Formats: sequence, structure tokens, C-alpha cells
Amino acid sequence: MTAAPIAAGKLARRGVPLIDGMEKVTGRARYTADLDHADALVGRILRSPVSHGEIIRLDVSKARALAGVAAVVTGDDCPHTYGVLPIAMNEYPLARGRVRYRGEPVAAVAAIDEETAERALQLIELEVKELPAYYTSVAARAPDAVLLHDDKPGNLERDVHHQFGDVAQGFAAADLVREELFSCAEINHAQIEPHASLSEFDPLTGRLTVQTVSQVGYYLHLMLAECLEMDSSRIRVIKPFIGGGFGARVEALNFEIVTALLAKAAAGKVMMQLTREETFITHRARPQTDIKLKIGMSKNGRLTACECHVVQRGGAYAGYGIITILYAGALLQGLYDIPAIKYDGYRVYANLPPCGAMRGHGSVDTRHAFENLLDRMARELGLDPFAVRRANLLQAPTRTMNDLVVNSYGLAECLDRVERASGWRERLGKLPPGKGLGMACSHYVSGAAKPIHRTGEPHAVVNLRLDFDGGVTALTGAADIGQGSSTMVAIAVAETLDISLDRIRVIAADTAITPKDNGAYSSRITFMVGNAAIDAAKRLKAVLVAAAARKLEARPEDVECIGEVFRVGSGNQSTLPFADVVAAALVDEGAITVKGSFTCPPDFHGGKHRGGAVGSTMGFSYAAQVVEVSIDDATGLVTVDKVWVALDCGHAINPLAVEGQIEGSVWMGMGQAMCEETRYLEGLPAHASFLEYRMPTIAESPPIEVQIVESHDPYGPFGAKEASEGALAGFPPALVNAIANAIGIDLNELPVTPDRVMEALIERRRKAKRSALKAAS
Amino acid sequence: MHAPGRPPKKRLLRLKLNGRWREDAVSERELLVDYLRDVAHLTGVKTGCDGGECGACTVLVDGEAVPSCITLAVRCEGCDVETIEGLATQGRLNRLQRAFHEKLGTQCGFCTPGMIMAAEALLRRNPTPSDGEIRAALSGNLCRCTGYVKIIESVKAAAEATS
Repeated sequence: MTAAPIAAGKLARRGVPLIDGMEKVTGRARYTADLDHADALVGRILRSPVSHGEIIRLDVSKARALAGVAAVVTGDDCPHTYGVLPIAMNEYPLARGRVRYRGEPVAAVAAIDEETAERALQLIELEVKELPAYYTSVAARAPDAVLLHDDKPGNLERDVHHQFGDVAQGFAAADLVREELFSCAEINHAQIEPHASLSEFDPLTGRLTVQTVSQVGYYLHLMLAECLEMDSSRIRVIKPFIGGGFGARVEALNFEIVTALLAKAAAGKVMMQLTREETFITHRARPQTDIKLKIGMSKNGRLTACECHVVQRGGAYAGYGIITILYAGALLQGLYDIPAIKYDGYRVYANLPPCGAMRGHGSVDTRHAFENLLDRMARELGLDPFAVRRANLLQAPTRTMNDLVVNSYGLAECLDRVERASGWRERLGKLPPGKGLGMACSHYVSGAAKPIHRTGEPHAVVNLRLDFDGGVTALTGAADIGQGSSTMVAIAVAETLDISLDRIRVIAADTAITPKDNGAYSSRITFMVGNAAIDAAKRLKAVLVAAAARKLEARPEDVECIGEVFRVGSGNQSTLPFADVVAAALVDEGAITVKGSFTCPPDFHGGKHRGGAVGSTMGFSYAAQVVEVSIDDATGLVTVDKVWVALDCGHAINPLAVEGQIEGSVWMGMGQAMCEETRYLEGLPAHASFLEYRMPTIAESPPIEVQIVESHDPYGPFGAKEASEGALAGFPPALVNAIANAIGIDLNELPVTPDRVMEALIERRRKAKRSALKAAS
Repeated sequence: MHAPGRPPKKRLLRLKLNGRWREDAVSERELLVDYLRDVAHLTGVKTGCDGGECGACTVLVDGEAVPSCITLAVRCEGCDVETIEGLATQGRLNRLQRAFHEKLGTQCGFCTPGMIMAAEALLRRNPTPSDGEIRAALSGNLCRCTGYVKIIESVKAAAEATS
């Protein structure tokens, strides 16, 4: 199970461009919308015009009768719910009987062209009897609120109540106890590629082929079998190039199932391309979150206890909600040593598009609150922000109170590195007026130790093929969505076999060809698929070494392979080039296929308490960052001048990609912190374009200086852990702490817009004026 | 959208596309992006938004970076139109393509063609841009993956490779 130490390094040390990078920079890369669909029907979805209501009448006869319409489907065509958690599938691909958010799919058409499809949608007659709709957690939880789902009293999807250690005693022992309320806006992944899906049903063979934007093709494959009532062996899900995910495409999505329903009904091929507005409405992103956090601290900065109350407004359906509310509590642990923790989490239904998983899943908003309050208490006690974090470090290996295992822990080094790089000690408190420094820490899992579907199978399987041409083909179900996972697989194989990277080809995420994989979520691919790739490469190496040994008339244990040359010991006399060894190996076996796998042992699966599996992983990444800001007190505009970030990824298999992931995640945290917010007016999305949903542009994006820390995880592939999510959660609190440092104002709401900063500045002036007047009178 | 039942009025469009003159019948209302993707099959030109928001569809019209999703095809009559597909010549990547590949200025790759075309327009008129000039020239091109750090590095590397 443990990857034996391998002399990894040649490729990895310098960093490798993406193996599919040439396609991307030349425009040859084909994303779903680019696939040949000249002969396909055009799919379109009719969406609910109201936030909540009973469907009284849905008449599609006129649409069906329109010339050029090949199929119309409604909720009647699919009586099966879909979803991601087997215990929480309460959503139909097309509404049945009731709609619960504005924009929920109600019916869909496939027609010969766009215009006919649009006209068909207009001919559908929909009558809805409106019900009271709730747009806030408070309104949805009111005692007299109508239930969105009859089996969920109080419109609560799930409440979580965990307590570890003696919290009351912890607070009693503290020198300082503080409590604050924080609120974080709902945000969206906003990947640049709009959603699209191409489905082809062949009525002659009864087979369905789906090419789509999924991060986890096999979840969708399962849901298609269920919803289309098809034998799953007749389905194939293929991932083309994907224009970003960030969690948006982890769940099977309604439009993907709808497109397949249309293809089956039309007995043909249907292309569905959602608009940007529809892509926003499909949502599944980070929920609006209210946090009440209480922390106890002793004079020297040691944490004594923590109490955290979290309410997430989850939208109209379950999605990933249970996992999100569990993560929000579970990942309070694993970063610092906290002797006692109480967590109460509430996931609430509301009449808005369903939330789901987004980069840093569940951990970001509570981490924001925690790192903010920690800083404020340090300030009150006259402690340095770095010192208060250092006073609470864990000692790896260790097991947290909620049974999360920490095997490697580079946080101390991350702190040292960013403290030095940012000139913290020399510069803090000495910057010009309006400028400030802030810092925060964060962490994230390298793959959920207990997968969503607990089948007992290995967590990852990789196949390697080697044939007459001497090319090694790696087959993996892991979806490369731009994070570079296919390149990581190629490097892991090349380094283990000590062969050229050019010799390797990676085929990823095609359910007819590649082994099942849990896909691109929870930052699992490097750790799990990387280990499986190394395992497969070792097996392939054993086959080659055995063949070389026979040729060289030596014992396999005496044969080395260095740089595609097999030799006995260090002598140069008997050597064999790679091609000769491949030929020799094929003599015995023919074309070679080997399989490698990776399994997380049960010891790492988290606590036995209800929901205890969430947060469990074999390796946490750790990050610390410092943010420098300038604030214009006339406009409230905050400018981020620079970010210094250090992340412990265990070992950087591809330092170039690791840097790219860290920069991207820090920047995404910046978007959430400063400007991103989904807003609804009576359930109508007011943010559903890139003009309304403001992400930082290149003009306002700061330099980000990355430090890679390598703690050499005992179980990670070559010692590696994740690098794509861990740094995100540190940005928002580091920013808010920097603003406090700059202008002495503590902000409790995200995003930190100029309006909010201005309001706080004006309020402070008012207060000062009032107290001056009071003093004068 | 045209009136139901009546075929859209078309006219002949003549333009130079990636160095070659061609003629096509296009509707007067056809957007340049649809012409490039559907008629000329240049799918390197991307659609990322509902119109003029993201820059993924950026192409060069007579050397100027233009969002092709809010440009009418017929407006390009007689123009020199360049897309990402026209940048690599005789199997050699253009300086920006090479830099974006080697410096990881691309992750998911979806914004990349538009980003490179906008940067190409910049480098043609300003071969040695400052950080500020790069930021200004690319501020209409959204990227969700990179945080822009390596995009700026890529453009600078390409500029250095030229000079």
C-alpha cells in the first residue's frame, strides 16, 4: 500500500508542461460544444417561471405537433430521482408535480434547429399554482413555513451535532473567550466553459453514447442507467476536454440526463448547449453561510475550546448538502490542536438553485470565521498572529478527536516560509497609512478516504498497456479538467519505469475503455490515482525486468533499468535497450496489460460517530499565506498588492502544475473574499452573467509568490499530497485580517465590497463624532 | 431569429481567413463566432458567455482583437481575420503559444485561444509591454483557472523571445 521510496526526480524537479498543452494552445482541443454535431438535433429546456408551486397542467401536445420537433420530454418520462448521495436523491431531472426554484427544468425539446426548438418551448402550456417561497434560511425555518420536501420537517435537510472533549471546561479554563457572527455570500464556480452535453442513442443497437462536461463520468453513467431504465452495459460516457470544473460538474447534472432522455425519445443524437445564464442556474456551488463562532484562549495563545454553529442555505434539493454541512464541522479539526470542540450544523432547504460542492468543499467559510476570530483574540492578548498559530500546532503523526489522521504536517514550515518571504517581522505595523498585512492558515483533504459509493472496491485503478510499438498507454478514469491530472499520471509512470515521458500516452475518462474511477473531486487524483499509477508501473517494470533477466542470463534482482537501458549491476558489458526488452517480454506474453490499484485502509476512514467519515483522508495539505492590501478610505476600494503563500503538498510531482494550482486557488479565494456573490430577486438570478457576477480580472489580480513545502507524506505517491484546494480557504481571512491591520476595522461579512468597507468607515466616523460630542457636553 | 417560415436573407461574404481568401453565403445577422465555428469549422474560437462578457471568442480583425460573439460576420467583408488556428505555421508554434504551453499559461485551456489572440494583438502593436500594459490589454479576457500569474509570465516570456 505504501509507495516504496523511488528515486523520483528528474522530470519532477524541473516541472513538466501539460501533456495536452499543445492541443490547448493551438485551438485543436475539442470541448463538448466543439464535437461534430452537424447532424444532431438541438436540445432546449423549458424552466420554471416561479420559485415554488404545484404543476396544475403541463400540455406539450402543440409542441410535439410542430414540424421539425423530434421529441418532447417531461417529468412523466422519468419517474426516477437522481442525485449524488444514495441516501439523499430527491430531485427529478424534469420536475414532477412540483417546482421548487425558478429555472428548474420542467420539459425539454429536441428539434431540427434552434429556432424550431425555441418555438416548441413557447408552445408548451404550463400552469403552476404558486406556493409560498423562501429565499433565506431564516424564512425557510420559520415554524409555519410550507415544507419543500414533505419528509424534511423545518425545511432542514440535515442537522449535525458533534462534541469532542469537554467544551465547558475548556471555556472555563480560558483567559479570553470571544464570540462573533460571520456571514459569507453564496458564490458560483463560474468555470469559463458553459455546460454542454452531446447524447447519441442508436436505436439499432440500443446503445447510448454521452459526451459531456462531467468531472465524474461514472456517477453520470450510473444515473443514466437508472433514469433511462437501461442496462448500464449499453451506456458509454466519454469526457472530451473540459473547460474547468471546480466542483460544478461532480454531480450528475439535470441537463445531462435530460439530453440523454431526449436522445432516447428521438432515437438519435441531441446536442444541448446551455447559456451562461442556465449554467449559473444549474449552480451546485458554495452555499450562503451564517456562522456563530466562539473560541476560548489562554494568555499565551493556546486554544482551550471552540464552539461553532453553522447554517447553510442549501437551495431546493439535497445534492451534496449533507457532505457540505459535515465538512464544515469536521475540518475545524486537523489544522490546529484544539482540546474541545462543539459543532452544530444546519443545512436548510430554500427555493433557490441547489448548492453543491465547490473547491474547498464545506471548509472555506468556517475556516474564514475561525482565522478571523483567532487574529482578533491574538490582537486583544497582544500576541503576534504567527505566534498564536505556532502555539497550537499539531505533532504528526496524530489522530484528531474526530478520528482524522494526520500523517504529515508541514504547517510550521509554511508559517516560517511566508513570514520570511513577506518580511512580516520587519514590516508589520510599519507600513504607510491605509496599507496592511494579514495572514491565515488552511488545509484540505487529499481525497475522501471513504468514497461516496461504498462498494468495497479499490479507491483507484490504473491500467497500463505495452505493445509492439514500445508505447506505454495509461488508462485512467480520472478526469483531467485542467488541473493536469493526466500529466501527473504520465510522470508517475515515467519516473517509476525510468523511461521517457514522450513514450507515454494517457487515455482518461471513457467508461468503455478506462477503469472506473471516482473522478475529479476532493482533490483525490494525485494521491489515489498517483499511487495506483505507480503500482501499475511497478508491475510493468517487473514484467520487463524478468524478460531482460532472461535475455541477459541474470537474476531479475540484479537487473537495473536506468533511462530506458536495462543492465546487470553497474557493468556496461551486458545492456539491453528498451525496445529489445519489450520485444523479449512480448515473446512470452503477447501484448501486455497490467493493473495497479490503490485502497485506503479502514483505519483512515474517520470516526464511528454519525457522519464521521466526512473529512477523513490519508493526507492533509497545509497552507499559510500573507496578504498585503491598500485601502482607499475615500471609496472603500481594497487593492491586494501581493500575496505570499506556502503550501505543504508532501512532494511536488510536477512543481509547475503545483504552482499553477496554488495560484489559481488563492485567486479563487480572492474572488470570494472581494467581489463574488450570487444574488436573487424573489428567486430570480440577478447575477447570471459575467458582468453581474464579478470575478477579479487580470487588471486587479495581484502577484502571488508561491513557496512549495514538502513534508514527504508516508503514504502519498512519492510522498505527494493535494495542492489544488488547500490554499483557497486562507485567502478570505488573510484579507480581512489585513484590512483590520490597515484601517483598524473588523469586517464580518463576505464579500468585502467597497460598499461594506465604506459603511464601516462611515459608522466609525459617526461613532467618533458621537463620543466627541458626548465628551464635550 | 428571422420571421417564421421565411429563410434568412443571405449574402456573399468575402474575407481573408487565416491567410486564405474565401467566400461564403452568410445571413446578415450571423455572428462572426457562429460563422467561424459552424461554417469555417474553426472551433478554437470559443463561446464562454451570452455576449461580450468573457473574451473567449477573441479573434483578430485587421490585426485588432475583437470579440467575435458581438461582431456581425458581414462586418468583416474584405477583412483579414485571424484565429488561434492560424497562429502556428509549418508545424511551429507561435511565440505566445510556446510560452503559454511552457509556462503553464493555460490550465483547462478554454479561455486560452482568446487570451492568446488578445495578447498577439498587444505584442504586434507593442513588442515590449509592461506588466500594466499586459493587464490592460487582457482585462477583457476572463480566466478562472490560473489567477493570471502565469498568463502574465507567458506574455512576458513571449515578448522576450521576440526581442
